[in-house]
Amino acid sequence: MKITAKTCWLLAGVCAASLSVSPAKEKSAGFAADAPSPVILIRNATILTVSHGTIDKGDVLIRNGKIAAIGGNLKAPDDAQVIDGTGQFVSPGIIDCHSHIAIDGNVNEGSVSVSSMVNIADVIDSDDISIYRDLAGGVTTANILHGSANPIGGQTIVIKLRWGQPASRLPFEGALPGIKFALGENPKRSNFRVPGAQERYPATRMGVEETIRAAFTEARDYKKAWDEYNKRLAAGEKNLIPPRRDLKLDPLVEVLEGKRYVHAHCYREDEILMLLRVAKEFGFHVQTLQHVLEGYKVADEIAAAGTGASTFSDWWAYKVEAYDAIPYNAALMTQRGVIVSINSDDAAEATHLNQEAAKSMLYGRMSHDEALKMVTINPAIQLGIDKRVGSIDVGKDADLVIYNHDPLSAYAVVQKTLIDGRVYFDREKDIASRPALEKEKKELEEKLAKKPEPEKKAGEKKPEEKKTGEKKPEDKPKPPQAQLGQGGAQ
Amino acid sequence: MRWRSVPQRLWLTVFVGAWLICMGVPATHAQGGEPLTFAIRGAKVVPVSAPPMENATVVVSRGLIAEVGNDVKVPPDAWVIDGKGLIVYPGLIDGFTDVGISAPAQPGGEGAQKQQPPPSHGPEDRPASTPWRNAADEVNPADARVETWRMAGFTTVVAAPKGGMFPGQAAIFDLGGERAGDFIVKSAVAIPVSLQAPGGFRNYPGSLMGAIAYVRQVWLDTNWDTQADAIYAKNPKGTTRPKYDRTDAALAEALDKHAVVLIPGNTSLQIRRALRLEEEWKLSGVIYGGQMGYELAPEIAAKKVPVLLDLKWPEAPKDADPEITPTLRELRFRDRAPSSASALEKAGVKFAFYSGGITEPKDILPAVKKAIDAGLAPDAALRALTLSPAEIFGVSETMGSIEKGKIANLVVTDGDLFEKKTKVKMVFVDGRKYEVREVLRPSEPPKGDMTGKWNLKFTTQQGEEEATADLVMESDGTLTGTVSSNRGSGSVFNGWVSGEKFTFTINLEIEGGTNDVVFTGTFEGSSMKGSIQAMGYTFDFTGSKPPAAMAALAGGAQ
Repeated sequence: MKITAKTCWLLAGVCAASLSVSPAKEKSAGFAADAPSPVILIRNATILTVSHGTIDKGDVLIRNGKIAAIGGNLKAPDDAQVIDGTGQFVSPGIIDCHSHIAIDGNVNEGSVSVSSMVNIADVIDSDDISIYRDLAGGVTTANILHGSANPIGGQTIVIKLRWGQPASRLPFEGALPGIKFALGENPKRSNFRVPGAQERYPATRMGVEETIRAAFTEARDYKKAWDEYNKRLAAGEKNLIPPRRDLKLDPLVEVLEGKRYVHAHCYREDEILMLLRVAKEFGFHVQTLQHVLEGYKVADEIAAAGTGASTFSDWWAYKVEAYDAIPYNAALMTQRGVIVSINSDDAAEATHLNQEAAKSMLYGRMSHDEALKMVTINPAIQLGIDKRVGSIDVGKDADLVIYNHDPLSAYAVVQKTLIDGRVYFDREKDIASRPALEKEKKELEEKLAKKPEPEKKAGEKKPEEKKTGEKKPEDKPKPPQAQLGQGGAQ
Repeated sequence: MRWRSVPQRLWLTVFVGAWLICMGVPATHAQGGEPLTFAIRGAKVVPVSAPPMENATVVVSRGLIAEVGNDVKVPPDAWVIDGKGLIVYPGLIDGFTDVGISAPAQPGGEGAQKQQPPPSHGPEDRPASTPWRNAADEVNPADARVETWRMAGFTTVVAAPKGGMFPGQAAIFDLGGERAGDFIVKSAVAIPVSLQAPGGFRNYPGSLMGAIAYVRQVWLDTNWDTQADAIYAKNPKGTTRPKYDRTDAALAEALDKHAVVLIPGNTSLQIRRALRLEEEWKLSGVIYGGQMGYELAPEIAAKKVPVLLDLKWPEAPKDADPEITPTLRELRFRDRAPSSASALEKAGVKFAFYSGGITEPKDILPAVKKAIDAGLAPDAALRALTLSPAEIFGVSETMGSIEKGKIANLVVTDGDLFEKKTKVKMVFVDGRKYEVREVLRPSEPPKGDMTGKWNLKFTTQQGEEEATADLVMESDGTLTGTVSSNRGSGSVFNGWVSGEKFTFTINLEIEGGTNDVVFTGTFEGSSMKGSIQAMGYTFDFTGSKPPAAMAALAGGAQ
């Protein structure tokens, strides 16, 4: 996790969400889980398919939450909602391979060096306004990661940003869960020491490696104990005490069995090579290297390991291990055959990942389409969900973004964001809904502020005046799904 | 005024002494002579389990309800009470509290003497877990709240130790009796779970997800221990002995006694999480909190999980930073939380009220009234204070309604329970009659307004200390508010101003137990002085309001 947040990229598209009240959420909250999604035809737009080039003046037909047809002059079924895309650009939904939004409570279980027993899936916060702000920046899927305080951190989960749905409906169905690893300064806590306080092991990069080795040695023994128990049980042995379930080791066994992805936070070339060697030795795969700012120095080794790299465009020097970063990192790694994505790691950064990707067109002369891949199909491949999302192809999930300009332009503002063929963000409706929400907020503030007065004056004599019971026509209970962010609506 | 010539200190002693007499233990104890049979004749009786009866008689004998009805013979030895103009309700039950437990925790075993537990490095260190503590072992009949709760109509509480993720086992107390043992109705009725991670970066768990993972591991271990112990018992020779774990053993024993597990869930996000965990843990769970129940009552109903509804409705924090405006969602929550009761009722969720963060028992029924004003039927409100909690905690066979054979827990009022002007006239706990007398109030109107933020200074054995008191004085002199210092913070109760004299009390956790800390003194304008009494010690203190300019600044920014 980074300490600083960039503030220079607050563009118009972000501002749309900064009021952070969402009509879309109120509406989407009403989606019955299994209600059929609408048939939608996006007409006459520039379609950036990512997988097979750009279609000028093309149409996209959406049915049952999937992309049903792509092409020119598609016929709209009678029941279809038609979105006029004239002059607009349609891209696949943006996928953020490194996000910490929508987490209830601490992002880190920092008390232990191996915190694999904790699971982000337990604390997904479907009410976090950052979900809506991400949507307003075109993000439809995010890899929600545990923090980087531990060599082996908590279990992670990929979610779709279905704003307004309960937390249980956010997980990306079928996506393999992950686990966060972290190397370098954060797990050794070198930037977070309190003078006089007891240090947590490990305090060096050597210790980080040892911690990972020790945990996997333990996991191997644990797996062996279970295998042996199951074998003896199958052989009909009686009165066997089973091994004790250990929630810390279960996910590590899943890593060894290839059932859980490793997403490893790293910076320096030496620690990157260290992890790839340890993984090889223990027989597990590192799915992605996160940040990986010195990845350009060891791109061949990363490519050879079949490991993905998820990095920043041009964000560096916020600590010593980030000093050797260069903005050419993404382009250089891509040239050497690494699957590269650009991630946010930060709620504000996530709202303009399209522009973060575009920077590699300047640094490294990356092509338009290659750059767009870094926030669409490449993170989809890294998360093992590329069969479902990441490009505009028939049969894929209708996770789409409609922009007023090419998404790699600095002028691009998100107009609509769709997930599973449903509109979860609509800029026009967002703007239109603001006066009503501001009015409701003001009325509630006045109503609630008034409350204590009669009680005080009444003393013992008069029965307390009741405000809550008075039902004005306009304060019928509505699902209070929308939320005003701190400082919003002012 | 004669006492003005009396030295300050002496006056304080008199004042505090009078205070203890009117607020303290002996004020309304059971009547001397102790008749064993009572008959309340000609009252309106609201049995809860049946429709109300006009002009009815309730006979109480040897702790139980002997008869109830319109055509009941009064036994010749009964102490007859004329019930004309009175209403008899079942004794109210506070569904989750720590009233009645204020003795310092004295776990008998390991770690009992340690002030600060060593840092925890993982679930195996069993952080913030004392599930072997049993409320039934920690009854403190001298807890001042036993008296105040009873005077507010509560004959019964579901009391649990406080602190930690597994604080201990709850027991049902009847709020009457001379010895601790008299209080216990049933022990080990519930296992409260908290997901407040105690740790931070030095102590496991330090996050919500860590707390969930920890509790999950403890349940797995508890099951594993039970299973392993059984296998070992059958065949000890040649089997490695399973390790004994005090936490697991206590939990297994409580579950064996059919204790329900109390899982926190106040907002929709938390309630849904609690429902998920309840299902995952395969335990008989009850959600506590429930204040966003208005959003998802049908979902709770579908899972058939009961709810304990916190009566401390959300409100704007006192002294909130004026720069931080609450979100619309937060405002809606404050506005609608009391409607959760009716939403739960309509959806068919079994729910009971509990006092939660309310420290003044006189505020409990007005909080229920807010739920009624937000749509809850008054009879449903009464049920949520009587029969429903009895059902949730498995004691409806013996309490929760006025029925022949049930425990004689009754509250007798001079009007509808939820009307503000109504007074509780008497309370029966286990068939003992407790008169409710008016609290002697200081008689003078307050000289000035104590409302505001005060900085308090005092010297203890540890040296100079400071505290802030955030007080609200009502026009009749009632003081409420909070006092906080680095020793913790507590809500003000028993607070009054008379002339320039004042007194108020807070509860503070000291050395593992809840203790009364009594402030008494005088004030004038923006300064005050007096003494603090706690745990048998007395310290002088002085207090001052911060300069008015700062207060004006804070106000002006809104």
